Amino acid sequence: MSTLQMERREFLRFSVAVSGGLLIGLYLPGADRLAVAEDRSGSVFMPNAFLRIGTDERVTVIVNHSEMGQGVYTALPMLLAEELDADWNKVAYESAPVDPKYNHPVFGMQITGGSSSVWSAFEQYRNAGAAARAMLIAAAAQRWNADPATLRAESGVVLDGTNRKLSYGQLAEAAAKMTPPAKVTLKDAKAFKLIGTPVKRLDTPEKINGKAVFGIDVKNPGMLTAVVARAPVFGGKVKSFDDSQARSMPGVRKIAAVPSGVAVVADSFWQAKVARDAVRIDWDEGEMHAFSTSQMMQQFREQAKSPAKSVRRDGDPDAALAQAAKKIEAVYEVPYLSHLMMEPLNCAVDLRADSCEIWTGTQFQTVDRAAAAKAAGLPNEKVQIHTTFLGGGFGRRATPQSDFVVEAVHVAKAAGVPVKVVWTREDDMQGGWYRPAFLHAIVGSVDASGNPVSWRSRLVGQSIMSGTMFESMMKGKEYDPASVEGVDDLPYEIPNLAVESHQAEVGVPVQWWRSVGHSHTGFATECFIDELAALAHRDPYQFRRALLTKHPRHLAVLDLAAQKAGWGKPLPKGRARGIAVHFAFESYNAQVAEVSVTDGKVRVHRIVSAVDCGHYVNPGIIAAQLEGGAIFAASAALFQELTFENGRLQQTNFHTFPVMRMNECPEIETHIVESNEKSGGIGEPGVPCTAPAIANAIFAATGKRVRKLPIRMTEAV
Amino acid sequence: MISFSVNRQGVNLDVDPSTPLLWVLRDNLGLTGTKYGCGMAQCGACTVHLNGEAVRSCVAPVSRAAGKEVTTIEGLSPDMSHPLQRAWIAEDVPQCGYCQSGQLMSAAVLLRENPRPSDDDIDQAMTGNICRCGTYPRIRKAIHRAAGLMSTGGAK
Ligand code: FES
Ligand code: FES
Repeated sequence: MSTLQMERREFLRFSVAVSGGLLIGLYLPGADRLAVAEDRSGSVFMPNAFLRIGTDERVTVIVNHSEMGQGVYTALPMLLAEELDADWNKVAYESAPVDPKYNHPVFGMQITGGSSSVWSAFEQYRNAGAAARAMLIAAAAQRWNADPATLRAESGVVLDGTNRKLSYGQLAEAAAKMTPPAKVTLKDAKAFKLIGTPVKRLDTPEKINGKAVFGIDVKNPGMLTAVVARAPVFGGKVKSFDDSQARSMPGVRKIAAVPSGVAVVADSFWQAKVARDAVRIDWDEGEMHAFSTSQMMQQFREQAKSPAKSVRRDGDPDAALAQAAKKIEAVYEVPYLSHLMMEPLNCAVDLRADSCEIWTGTQFQTVDRAAAAKAAGLPNEKVQIHTTFLGGGFGRRATPQSDFVVEAVHVAKAAGVPVKVVWTREDDMQGGWYRPAFLHAIVGSVDASGNPVSWRSRLVGQSIMSGTMFESMMKGKEYDPASVEGVDDLPYEIPNLAVESHQAEVGVPVQWWRSVGHSHTGFATECFIDELAALAHRDPYQFRRALLTKHPRHLAVLDLAAQKAGWGKPLPKGRARGIAVHFAFESYNAQVAEVSVTDGKVRVHRIVSAVDCGHYVNPGIIAAQLEGGAIFAASAALFQELTFENGRLQQTNFHTFPVMRMNECPEIETHIVESNEKSGGIGEPGVPCTAPAIANAIFAATGKRVRKLPIRMTEAV
Repeated sequence: MISFSVNRQGVNLDVDPSTPLLWVLRDNLGLTGTKYGCGMAQCGACTVHLNGEAVRSCVAPVSRAAGKEVTTIEGLSPDMSHPLQRAWIAEDVPQCGYCQSGQLMSAAVLLRENPRPSDDDIDQAMTGNICRCGTYPRIRKAIHRAAGLMSTGGAK
């Protein structure tokens, strides 16, 4: 069975943001031929690009997605090991080099994004395992002079009817001589032993003893460390600089202008950083020198008053609004946000006359390699990227401009020796490519009996595709699909519906941030449906249920979350619940938040999150992603905002852009719907519901509506 | 010359005494398990033990370590046998893993001082350690589990 065709089509519909990858073929001409993962273990059986088996029994799975915390170094090996019937204790992982063999089967390039790793690998990795298994069985059949059909494989050994055994290690050499099968049969889901079970993560040991190598830990012979002074304002350029003091500081080897600023190269990070701070730079600040987010939001509010590009139009929303029995208007605002990966950006480069090697934690190997090749003046195939562990990604490490990789190539060129560019936390936060600020002006109405009649959403915000290689995804649309995803497919049954999009042109670099457009559309739509429920004097859970009768998967997660959270049951005094449901990245999520508000301070006590992500692979990892997604989203909802004055970012580090901490963290309960539908995503779908569930709970607790993030009770209405 | 011990090995280094201990560990000694997250005592990623106390090595000048004993994540146990490491595996704590060295080093001091910590004790001890991936619920469970392992003789 192949679901790839369907997946491709549906993916295009739902996750346009990254599906722009389909265009990459045009952007990156030519096929490249680089080696498959090099063999470091003396493995002898390498039936395909995804697998090696050694005479030592070790099964090494080569993973074509980046491990940024979401568990691909466990989930993808599980898929392969399942069909291989491997001994799970012998399974190891390795990151894939850049090679078209490792392209995302749907996006056509190497990328980790769109919550797509597991579903895109679901058959790819199982096929790889099944093919190898057939070859191992064929090798055993030859050895025993038996009919392969009489043999079976189990936990790393091939057995015959009399339970005679040969291990995969013993068979590896002979299996390497077998012809790969033209066709493989995959197991029936009922026969799965690994898939669907909470197998422990394979990468935990090296993450708790200091051995795991992140990009920032890379150390190559002769390598120096560089810190770059970048413009304090987006679009700024170096006019002149004075490095007389910095040049003579200890450890400093080179100070040079690079396209992004001034690079200081030294023996160690600290020496480079101290010297970088001592370089005096005169900047041409460019057009953004007076930029202010408060002015920008004022303009957004004005813009929202006029009609915009139509995204969706059902019925006649204007007429319906004009005749409405009861209507309500609300303006929701969300700020720019930093991805704020725990590991600040970094990139190590060894640039030679005829080759370039790069070590970094990236989500975007194909694009980064092409960009690095261009910067280095080398053909693509002369550039290789070694993907390290990523200390978080959340979309920042998949930058269409490959900013941190290209810059490091320029620094290496200037330095003339291998370098690692390390960004300070402040550099990272000020480095741009944020989640764009957005405004949603929504007006809706209900009839005399409380049924919704109309809804008009008007969005104002920057496009993440405009000006990038993904721009052609917008062709013929006049709006960025990634801006409106999650509102353009509003599931509620409302006869008159309009969605309109104003594309703001602002010089702040923006891009995808965990859950992309859903990060703001989920907030605005799920808060507004709650406002309509209040207008209709209905229970917000029941109100949603009545409008979702044609959406059984939405309903199922909504019901599960409500039931597990004890919706309607009494709570300690001062506490209240809020609910939200949203579909994103092929998965359905509903959350119920329990909050209290004391002296204007919001405390989230508990979050119950229910997901339907189709056929799932590792429920332990899914629970972790739902927990992490809720905490990531709650941090944004409660604390985070990037603001600009005079073109300068006002936030610098964790004290001004806080992240939720242990003492603020709610209890989180996760539930998974059993499903045989095709697999959906899990890294991002757990994000969109958290902010609206909290905001709706605040309304239930206080009667005040939160329409602006981060939540400040002084701004609630 | 500054002399101190790291994971029970003596080191003598010729470095600027104002250099943060974090960068001496990472760049001079190659002990990259200790991480940089903020450089201003905000996130705890750089937590190490200095004479048994948890310190933020990003703001501790290396001169502060002179004559003292530094323990980093690489020295928490020689063989992953520390009850916290065992509990971390059992609870599948890490996601990206970048904050986890610091989390473990903070938790190790907590457990040594308080073998049966309450949730409030955990909040107190662990609030200085940020995890961007949101592994807090599992860290909490794993600390309780490690406390259990220790009380049943699981500790070495
Ligand atoms: S790096 Fe030291 S506390 Fe953040
Ligand atoms: S596991 Fe990623 S920051 Fe904690």
